[in-house]
Amino acid sequence: MNQRCAVIGVGQTHHKSKREDVSIAGLVREAALAALEDAGLDFSDIDAVVVGKAPDMFEGIMMPELYLAGALGAVGKPMFRVHTAGSVGGSTAIVAAHLVANGIHKRVLTVAFEKQSDSDAMWALSVPQPFSAPLLAGAGGYFAPIIRSYINKSGAPNNVGMKVAVKDRLHALKNPYAHLHLPDIDLKMVEESVMLWDPLHYLESCPSSDGAAAMVLSSEDVAVAQEKTTGRPAAWIHGMAMRSEPTMFAGRNLMNPQAGRDCAKDVFAQAGITKPRQELDCAEVYVPFSWYEPMWLENLGFAEENEGWKLTDSGATSLDGGDIPWNCSGGVLSSNPIGASGMLRFLESALQVRNMAGEHQVPDAHKALGHAYGGGSQFFSMWVVGSDKPE
Amino acid sequence: MSTPPPRQGTRPVAIVACAQSKSERRIEQANEVELLMPVVTEVYANAGMTKDDVDFICSGSTDYLIGGPFSFVTALDAVGVWPPKAESHVEMDGAWALYEAWVTLQEEGKDVALVYGFGKSSLGDLSRILALQLDPYTMAPMWPDQVSLAALQAQAMIDQGLATEEDFARIASRARHNALSNPNAQVANEKTMEELMKDDYAVAPLRRHTLPPLSDGAAAIIMVAGDRAYDVVDRPAWITGIDHRVDAHAFGARNLAESRSTTKAAENAGVSAGPVDIAELHAPFAHQEILLRRAMGLNESTVINPSGGPLAANPLMAGGLIRFIEAANRIMDGSANRAVAHATSGPVLQQNLVAVLEGAS
Repeated sequence: MNQRCAVIGVGQTHHKSKREDVSIAGLVREAALAALEDAGLDFSDIDAVVVGKAPDMFEGIMMPELYLAGALGAVGKPMFRVHTAGSVGGSTAIVAAHLVANGIHKRVLTVAFEKQSDSDAMWALSVPQPFSAPLLAGAGGYFAPIIRSYINKSGAPNNVGMKVAVKDRLHALKNPYAHLHLPDIDLKMVEESVMLWDPLHYLESCPSSDGAAAMVLSSEDVAVAQEKTTGRPAAWIHGMAMRSEPTMFAGRNLMNPQAGRDCAKDVFAQAGITKPRQELDCAEVYVPFSWYEPMWLENLGFAEENEGWKLTDSGATSLDGGDIPWNCSGGVLSSNPIGASGMLRFLESALQVRNMAGEHQVPDAHKALGHAYGGGSQFFSMWVVGSDKPE
Repeated sequence: MSTPPPRQGTRPVAIVACAQSKSERRIEQANEVELLMPVVTEVYANAGMTKDDVDFICSGSTDYLIGGPFSFVTALDAVGVWPPKAESHVEMDGAWALYEAWVTLQEEGKDVALVYGFGKSSLGDLSRILALQLDPYTMAPMWPDQVSLAALQAQAMIDQGLATEEDFARIASRARHNALSNPNAQVANEKTMEELMKDDYAVAPLRRHTLPPLSDGAAAIIMVAGDRAYDVVDRPAWITGIDHRVDAHAFGARNLAESRSTTKAAENAGVSAGPVDIAELHAPFAHQEILLRRAMGLNESTVINPSGGPLAANPLMAGGLIRFIEAANRIMDGSANRAVAHATSGPVLQQNLVAVLEGAS
């Protein structure tokens, strides 16, 4: 980063299975207008628009940002489109933030979305490609064997995944935007839900959601001015990083990918963090299937290898008394508009350090991690945001 | 050497090495990874670098050509990102991947970037595929094909007195003539304007020769920030100005015979701040060259598309990046001092990127 960059406005839709009340343009505008209002700006103040979403075939529109140029106030401006698989919401925020941090623009609107009800994401992800290993039936079919390996390797009790599923749904009850609100959620309900991909029960899997997320990112002078105008604090970016690793490579460790470890190391070094569990107040981490919480606790350095499940098991990652709450918003397990799921992690981390997360606020949160991953556990994007300006 | 100062950003960035495949109508013996691998290998060789020298990688492609999700994912295997690399992908032409890399290289400590774009138009029916780029509620259901839309634009130019069918033929004749000296071109021949005017219409007023070929191809570029560029090549192609803009999507909301986004991007890139020796314009249809030239204010002294341009080779998602390659090569070999590279995306030139490349004096 050459210059400081801040999140001065955030907006998101109410995520649902089917948002039949809005077109795609209506969906993205709902998030974008909320972010602009939060920032105290309107479309005419924006220098550039950066759009992200997961595969275009989820809606059946090729490069839908072209059609959305008018709806997002981008006509006559630079408009950019990012696609890095599941990590795209996070990467999009980083691409947008680079425009500010590297001195190209002062006010950038970034928007991510998915309208999953326009298609069937599970089968859209399962199109056989020549000479490529098939994903089988959706992403869960790809990740389940990796999870089974993790359970065998770490010696974790079988119910840790179910505990994550319950915890994140309890968190979601405090988030009015979350797709899933399951007031009766408990271990028994998860255990009795149908087994989709052993060991993942139905309720250990993310939902399919329609939704959008948006943020306004700005330079320091704009952020300071808008803080005064709106009375709402900015979240300052302390570090951001992306890493990718190959699909076909025998040296990969799918349970604990090198790209994730390297990305975390980079972003924490930028933010001056050496002990993430102690120095961060909370984290919003991309956990689309329950067992990815213990696996990412290890990958991101919150726990030693094979010890991640112990944090989950002990309640350390719960908003209710845990020392390092993960996914206070309910996470991907509670809302999953795929293209926006990563941006929601980044957005929620910003909300926490702005002390604006409402019922799911971690008291006095000053530093938070936003994380997204995609592909076959191979694309990673992360940022650390803080309530204070970085040094 | 006196490196020309950049108009945008704070750090000068240059193109130092390029590689591209020969464009072909149908490359059946290679998938995307196999198409890219020799190109990436060649660009590293041209730069005297390995993957370990690269700080950032960015690519441009679209899933809709392969007909599946994540076409860029396996393509990344052509690059060999191990140990893991900082990497990103745009669902846009590779020229916008170059833009993202240029932004990234503005940061101190990020010095070298690899950019690539690829597309195999032969995998499907491009006219049907590109119809899916249109407004999904009001336009796509009618499946308007790209040639018919381009014809509307060409007719608007004729109606407004900006061009004639003979002008289109003259451009096609020159493009295919220029392509004779381009080993990567797909369509190269020697035909006069008068001969071309005997062609049938594809969609009036566009005769067959005014259409681009359907191409499979890939392209890659290595960019370096700061004086390190001189370690790679004597005469780096410095990006002294770069900007991109988007127009309204709805055809009724814009004058199809002009391109405001191109005009604005060209102004911001500083096109008119000095003489332009050559311009590589991403004008897939012959009439669009006239339109873009007007939009940028290029005069008769500028040589347009010395490579033959998209009328000679037009791999979707790499076509814009190839314009950068053709312009940069002419800076690097000393045959031009100041060049314009242009890329377009979306129906009838909806989105446009313009850059000025310069050699050090």
